[in-house]
Amino acid sequence: MSTRSFGARIRRNIDPKLLRGEGSFVDDIPLPSPLHAAFVRSPFARARIRSVDAAAARAHPGVAAVYTCDEIGALDIELPQLIPHPSMTDPRTQRPLARGDVFHVGQPVAMVVAVDRYTAEDAAALVDVDYDPLPVEVDLERAVMDGAPLVHATHPNNVAAHFRQVSGDPARAMAQAEHVTRIRVQVDRSTAAPMECRAVAAMFDAVTGELTVWDGTQAPISVRGALASILGLDEDKVRVVAPDVGGGFGQKVYQFYPDELLVPMAARALGRPVKYIEDRRENFIGSSQERTQIHEIELHARRTGEVIALRDLFLHDTGAFIPYGIAIPQVASTSIAGAYRIPNIEVEFRCVYTPTVPVTPYRGCGRPQATFAIERALDQLAEELGLDRFEVRRRNLVADHEFPLLRSGLLFADGLPVSLDSGQYHRALALLAERLGAAGFAEEQELARGQGRYLGLGLAFYVEGTGLGPYEGGHVRVHPITGKVYVNTGLTSQGQGHDTVFAQIVADQLGVAVEDVIVVEGDTKAFDWGVATFASRAAVVSGNAIHQSAALVRAKAIAAAANMLEVDAEAIDLREGAAWVRGTNRHVSLAAVATATNPLRYAFNEAAKAATQFAPASRHDGPALRPGEHPGLEATDYYSPPCATWAYGVHGGLFEVDPVTCAVKVLRYVCVHDCGTMINPTIVEGQVLGGIAQGFGGALYERIEFDEDGNPINANFVDFLIPYATEVPPVEILHLETPSPLNPLGVKGVGEAGCIPVGAVVASGIEDALRPLGGAPFRHVPITPSMIHAAVAGT
Amino acid sequence: MSRGKIRRPLPEVSADPRIAVSLTVNGEALTREVSVRTLLSDFLRHELGLTGTHVGCEHGVCGACTVMIDGVAARSCLTLAMQASGCRVRTIESVAAEDGTLHPLQEAFRDCHALQCGYCTPGFIMNILSHFESGEPVDLSEEGIRDVLSGNLCRCTGYQGIVAAYRQAAARLALR
Repeated sequence: MSTRSFGARIRRNIDPKLLRGEGSFVDDIPLPSPLHAAFVRSPFARARIRSVDAAAARAHPGVAAVYTCDEIGALDIELPQLIPHPSMTDPRTQRPLARGDVFHVGQPVAMVVAVDRYTAEDAAALVDVDYDPLPVEVDLERAVMDGAPLVHATHPNNVAAHFRQVSGDPARAMAQAEHVTRIRVQVDRSTAAPMECRAVAAMFDAVTGELTVWDGTQAPISVRGALASILGLDEDKVRVVAPDVGGGFGQKVYQFYPDELLVPMAARALGRPVKYIEDRRENFIGSSQERTQIHEIELHARRTGEVIALRDLFLHDTGAFIPYGIAIPQVASTSIAGAYRIPNIEVEFRCVYTPTVPVTPYRGCGRPQATFAIERALDQLAEELGLDRFEVRRRNLVADHEFPLLRSGLLFADGLPVSLDSGQYHRALALLAERLGAAGFAEEQELARGQGRYLGLGLAFYVEGTGLGPYEGGHVRVHPITGKVYVNTGLTSQGQGHDTVFAQIVADQLGVAVEDVIVVEGDTKAFDWGVATFASRAAVVSGNAIHQSAALVRAKAIAAAANMLEVDAEAIDLREGAAWVRGTNRHVSLAAVATATNPLRYAFNEAAKAATQFAPASRHDGPALRPGEHPGLEATDYYSPPCATWAYGVHGGLFEVDPVTCAVKVLRYVCVHDCGTMINPTIVEGQVLGGIAQGFGGALYERIEFDEDGNPINANFVDFLIPYATEVPPVEILHLETPSPLNPLGVKGVGEAGCIPVGAVVASGIEDALRPLGGAPFRHVPITPSMIHAAVAGT
Repeated sequence: MSRGKIRRPLPEVSADPRIAVSLTVNGEALTREVSVRTLLSDFLRHELGLTGTHVGCEHGVCGACTVMIDGVAARSCLTLAMQASGCRVRTIESVAAEDGTLHPLQEAFRDCHALQCGYCTPGFIMNILSHFESGEPVDLSEEGIRDVLSGNLCRCTGYQGIVAAYRQAAARLALR
C-alpha cells in the first residue's frame, strides 16, 4: 500500500458536481412531460369527513386526475406498522388518503394531478371537503387525563404504548440512598427541516413493465418492498432510486409517506411521469417531527454524590400515528443513565397520541431528551450537595477499566441489552475542563459580575448507541476497462460523504486512488440487500461490509496477479492502481488483472492488450472457470453487528446572558468527541458541527407551536427559527479515538452525536450565569427570551 | 396501464395566459413563452433545464434559490420570470470554467468541507460571489463574514466550513 487514505483528511469525491450545480436531486431529473401532484390537506386537527366533492377540481383545465380514498384501490388501507413491539396495543398508522376521519392538520385527503404544480394547487383548492370538527387536546400531560378528547377511540387516555424496563435492583438501592434529587424536564417539538423538502417522481414503462421511482428517501429498498407488495407488482419490475438527497436527518425514513405510494400509483395508472415536490409548508404539516418528552427523573445518591439508583418516568408525544413504533422512547429510556455507572435503573414511559403530525426519529432520536434529563438532574444534584459540576460527574463516570459496562434488563432499539463497549470518559472530561479553562472560570465570572456582566459555564456528557443492525452489504468490483472500482451498498446518503469514506476503505485495500473508487448507493437496481440510513449506522455497518468485500477482492487480485507475474502471492504489493512484484519494477495494472480474470475478453483497450502479455490469471486445467470460481475481480459480503457500539462525548460552553434584553451570547463552545477510529476526521467534524448547529436550534430557537385547536402556527421559515450563521457560534473540536472492540474497523457512528447534548449545555450555562440573580432553574428547551425573563423576574 | 388499452388523452397545458420573456441567462440571450405566473426559479429549472438553482422554502427565507440579477444577489423564488425581462441573470452553472475547472470560491468550499448535501450550496456561492464582485470592501472578521452569510440557511454544516471557505476564497482572489 502507498499512502494510507483511511484516517486521512481527504476531500470529498462528490463535491465538484454539487459545486457546479450538477447534482441530481429528485426535481432535477428530467422526465418527459411530467404531471405534477398537489394534495388537499386537512385544515382540522381532528374531524369527521362528511363528504368530499372533487367534481369542480376534475373539470378544471389542465387537471389529469383527482384521487380520493375511493379511487386508490389497493392503497386504501392503514399502512403497515413496521416495528412491532409488545408494549403497543393495536398500533394506529396512517392511510394514504383519509377515509372518514382526519387526525392532524395537514393529513392528505385527496391528490390532484395536473400539468403543472400551479394548476394542481388551484384545483386542490376546488376540492370541497365537508368536515365535522371534533374536540382536541394537544397538551401532552392533559391528553393522558381521564376525559381528555381521544385521537383514536380505540385508545383510552390516548396511550399508544406503555413500557417499563429495570436494570439492577432499584428498589433496594433507593432504600439505601442518602439523598434524592428529583426534577421535571421538558423538550419541545421540533423538526428536521432538511433544506430539500421531500420529493417523489415516478415513471412507468409500458414496454418493459418497469416502474421507476426517484424518491428522496433514506430507505429505497423498503419503499420498493412496499410498492411491490401493495401494488401487486413483481419486485424486479420496481426500481427505487434515492438520487442526491438534500439532507434527511431521519425525516426521510418514515415508511411510508402517502406520496411515496400514491405518486407511483398515478404514474402507472396515467401512463405519464408524475412528480410530487413537497413545499416548505407541507414539510411542516405533512412530514414527521420529533422531540416532545416530559421526564420526571430522580437520582438516588450517597452524600458523596455517587448515584446508586435512577428512576425516570416520562411521556412521549408520538403524534397522530405510531408507524415507527416505540423506537424513540426506547432509545431515550435506554440512554437515560448516560455515561455514568449508575447500577440500578427503573425507567417507564407512555407514548401518547396527539392530533399532530406523526412523530418518527429526527437526528438524535430520544437521546437529546434523555441527555437533557440526566445532565440537568446531575447539575441539580451537584447544587444540592454543594459539589462542583465537574466533580459530581467524575464520581459517577464509567472508568476505563469498567468497559464493557452492561446494563442488563435495558434493551436498546436493536432488542439487545445496553453494553457500553469502550471509551475514555474521564479523559474526555479532563480535556474539556482544560480547554474551557474551567479551573479559572469562577474567578473570571466573579470579575465580570463586578462589571454587571453575567457569565456562565455549562457542560453536558452524552453517549450514543450507534451502528445498529441487522446488517448491510457491500459489493466491490474492479472495472476491467478503466481499472476503476465500483462499490455498492444498500443504504443511502443525504450528504454525509459516504462516497468518500467508503472509497477510502476500499482504496487502501486495493491500492487505488480514492477518486478512482466510485460508490453507488440507493439504487435498488444496483444493490438491493440492506436496510437504510438511520441510527448513525452507515460507517459501522456498511463500512465494515465494504471493508470485508474489498478484502476478498484484494485476495483475488493478489492471487491473479501472482499467477500473471509468475511469483508467489506474498511477493505482490497493490499500489498506484497496479500489482507490483515487491522490490522490482515489474507490475501489471489492476485493469489488466481484472481483464485477465474474465475468461472471455476483448482487446478493445490498452488494459486488455496488456493482459495478454502475462501468464494466465488462473492456473488450472479443464473449463475456463473451475467450479466455484467467479469471473473478474468482484465480491459481495455482509456485516451484521453483534450489538450497538457506543460513541460518546462531552460539550461545554461559556455563555453571557443579559438579564435585561434576555439575549444569550455564546463566548466559547468546546466539543470533545470520540467515535472510535475515524475514517476521515474532516467528515467526522462536519457531522459533529452540523449536529451542534441543530442542537443550538433545539436549545434556543426551534419549537413547533400549536394553538389550542391543534393548528401549527409557525409552519414556515419566517416563524420557525432555524439558526443562520449569525446564531451558530464557532466550535472547537477535540478528538479522542478509542476503537470499538466490536467491529474490524474499530469505528463507531457519528451522524447524530453533535445535536445530543447542546440543550443541556446551554441550560446549564444560562442557569450558571443567572445564579446570582436567584432565578428559577432552566429545565425546558428551547429556552426563549421570555423564559429567561420569567426566570429572572421570578414569575 | 397495459399496452393494449386505449388511453384517455391527458391535458398538456394549463389555461394560464402566456407571455414572451426575453432575457440573458449566463451570457446567452433568449426568448421563451411562459405562463405569466411562472417563478424565475421554475423558469430556470424547468424551462431552461438549469437545475443547479434549488428551491428550499418558496418564501424567500432560506436563500437556496439565490441567483444574480444584473449582478446583484436575488431570490429567484420571489421573482416572476417576466420580472426578469431584459435582465442579465446569472446562475451557479456559470461559475466554473467551461472545462469544469472550479472557481476559487468553489474550490475553497471543497477544501473547507463547506458543503454536505449540497442543496443550499449554489445559493451560498451566488450570494458570496455577488458580494465579492460588488466592489464593496470585504470584511474578513468572523462577524463580518457571518453577516454576509446570514441570508442563507444551511442545515448540514453548522456554517463553520463556509466561513473558512469565504476566508480562503477572499485570500486567493486577493480581495480586501
